[in-house]
Amino acid sequence: MTTDVSGLTRVRADRVRGIAVGLRHLRGPLLPILHAVQRDLGYIDAVDVPVIADVLNLSVAEVHGVVTFYHDFRRGPGGRVMVRVCRAEACQAVGAEALAEHATRRLGVGFGGTTADAAVTLEETFCLGNCALGPSVQVDERVHGRVSPARLDALLAEAGR
Amino acid sequence: MTGPVRVFVPRDSAARSVGADAVAERIRAVAGREVEVVRTGSRGMLWLEPLVEVATPAGRVGYGPVAPEDVDGLVAAGLLDGRGESLGLVEDLAWMRRQQRVTFARVGVVDPRSAADFEAHGGCAGLRAALAKSPAEVVEEVVESGLRGRGGAGFPTGVKWRTVLGAAADVKFVCCNADEGDSGTFADRMLIEGDPFTLIEGMTIAAYAVGAREGYVYVRSEYPDAVVALEAAIALARERGWLGERVLGSDLAFDLHVRVGAGAYICGEETAMLESLEGKRGMVRAKPPIPALAGLFGRPTVVNNVLSLASVPAILADGAAAYAALGTGRSRGTSVFQLGGNVARGGIVETPFGITLGELVNDLGGGTASGRPVRAMQVGGPLGAYVPVSQFDLPMDYEAFAEAGAMLGHGGVVVFDDTVDMAAMARFAFSFCAKESCGKCTPCRVGSVRGVETIDRIRAGVDREKNLVLLDELCELMTDGSLCAMGGLTPMPVRSAVRYFDEDFEGAS
Repeated sequence: MTTDVSGLTRVRADRVRGIAVGLRHLRGPLLPILHAVQRDLGYIDAVDVPVIADVLNLSVAEVHGVVTFYHDFRRGPGGRVMVRVCRAEACQAVGAEALAEHATRRLGVGFGGTTADAAVTLEETFCLGNCALGPSVQVDERVHGRVSPARLDALLAEAGR
Repeated sequence: MTGPVRVFVPRDSAARSVGADAVAERIRAVAGREVEVVRTGSRGMLWLEPLVEVATPAGRVGYGPVAPEDVDGLVAAGLLDGRGESLGLVEDLAWMRRQQRVTFARVGVVDPRSAADFEAHGGCAGLRAALAKSPAEVVEEVVESGLRGRGGAGFPTGVKWRTVLGAAADVKFVCCNADEGDSGTFADRMLIEGDPFTLIEGMTIAAYAVGAREGYVYVRSEYPDAVVALEAAIALARERGWLGERVLGSDLAFDLHVRVGAGAYICGEETAMLESLEGKRGMVRAKPPIPALAGLFGRPTVVNNVLSLASVPAILADGAAAYAALGTGRSRGTSVFQLGGNVARGGIVETPFGITLGELVNDLGGGTASGRPVRAMQVGGPLGAYVPVSQFDLPMDYEAFAEAGAMLGHGGVVVFDDTVDMAAMARFAFSFCAKESCGKCTPCRVGSVRGVETIDRIRAGVDREKNLVLLDELCELMTDGSLCAMGGLTPMPVRSAVRYFDEDFEGAS
């Protein structure tokens, strides 16, 4: 019944090392590596940091500093679907704050939170470049415009929530 | 006429955000005859999206906004022959006729995935003209055009290039700043999604002019469609010999790479962007040294905005004089303005500098989307001033805006109606700065937090007069003492809100 935790950790470390070795020839490879790890493994675990640091010959502190600087990099698992509500000025001008409040109420989590069933992670974002068709919401990589509370409910339903 | 009917449906992410993919799919499904659905960029008439165009002998006839469920009826009424209830010829629409498209000439017209289409519409002419000149002549051509940085700072592009050309180094770089994080701006995204080859061409010209062999485009992660479009175009450009060892058969060697940001607004600041490209935290560098002398990895580097670089091919193709003939005062050429927020007709307006704010918002934009009166416009992004309607006559040029205590920035105009709470917007400016500050300098890192607290006290009616004085002193300190524009300009929206909308700062009584 016990899971081989050290085995899983080793598998993950090998994956991360493989990604880092594959990209270390790039100029300034750290951000491309972190993006690739997150794409492949869902987030950047604390145990990934020394592996990446070792491959790039950086200190653990340097890599940790970069992971924590950028909003995009998650340090734990997120939900199956990522929902980002734009709260920048142009969307605020057409009701983004009411939509943001609706989203938190509907999902029962705050921004940065993940629903208890791990279905959705809700995040705020500041500008999706869809400023003439706001309020805008991004579901995974896809931007949706003119999102009313009812439309957000429909998008969440499509996403299985 | 033989061959399939050509139907154009934008692939631009704004058009997709309101259903363009489903519209394109439905047209293919119900056409009943051979059609070629070309996925273009957007014309920039975003309130008409999804805008469907059909090629006819007279020109392209437009239909929009088209919902997926409208398609069957439109096709039955003769859409594929340009008949039925249409908008008429797209080029003849008042919104289009009012504009003069130079940088955006091909956006919405061509297939951004087709190098042949790009070339058929005048692509590569600027690069060919550049390669026929010496690098120094190319630099002088850009200087003479009067082109100034479209990212917001307005520094003369050619002068920057001259510095990089004159710098001796083993390696030089050309970097394009496509970290378009300002709310209300989307022209960089639309150019990259709608005509990426023009950006590639502009960067290649820059590389030739300054002696660089390697270029990077830093695109924000919030723009996944732009990343895909640009990477596809770079791959095609390499196949065509527009990038690589011998560009267009010349001695120029230049290659281009895309790097994706990671959700940090500050990386739109050029030195923070360079740090990020190097794989570090996006911490602002102190200047000097300027990036033109010590930029990416310490090497001389051209850092230009997307629109600056994308304007260069036209300047080389048609000559500096033609470009400089447009515009007003020291603001030469055209600028790509972006209308967003609470506006009836939002989108892209490319005109020579000098059009007034009121013409943009009222004549082209049609006032608010809500139908209520316009109360304020924020021009130039989150660090730009809130401008009241009494300044509708302000001409859109760098100096006129600076004189009015505002800034043109990247050309974004966000419209607010009379329900806006300007004290809340001023508070937002500080809280955004607090969230996005890189933390390197104290005025920005700490000042922004103190700003939020001070506005909260003013709104709560606590020592209102004293706190307004404190707010003003804080703004002055941030303006004078911050390392970069983030902390240095956050006071601009705050102070303009207090100056023009002081009734919103009355506080609870």
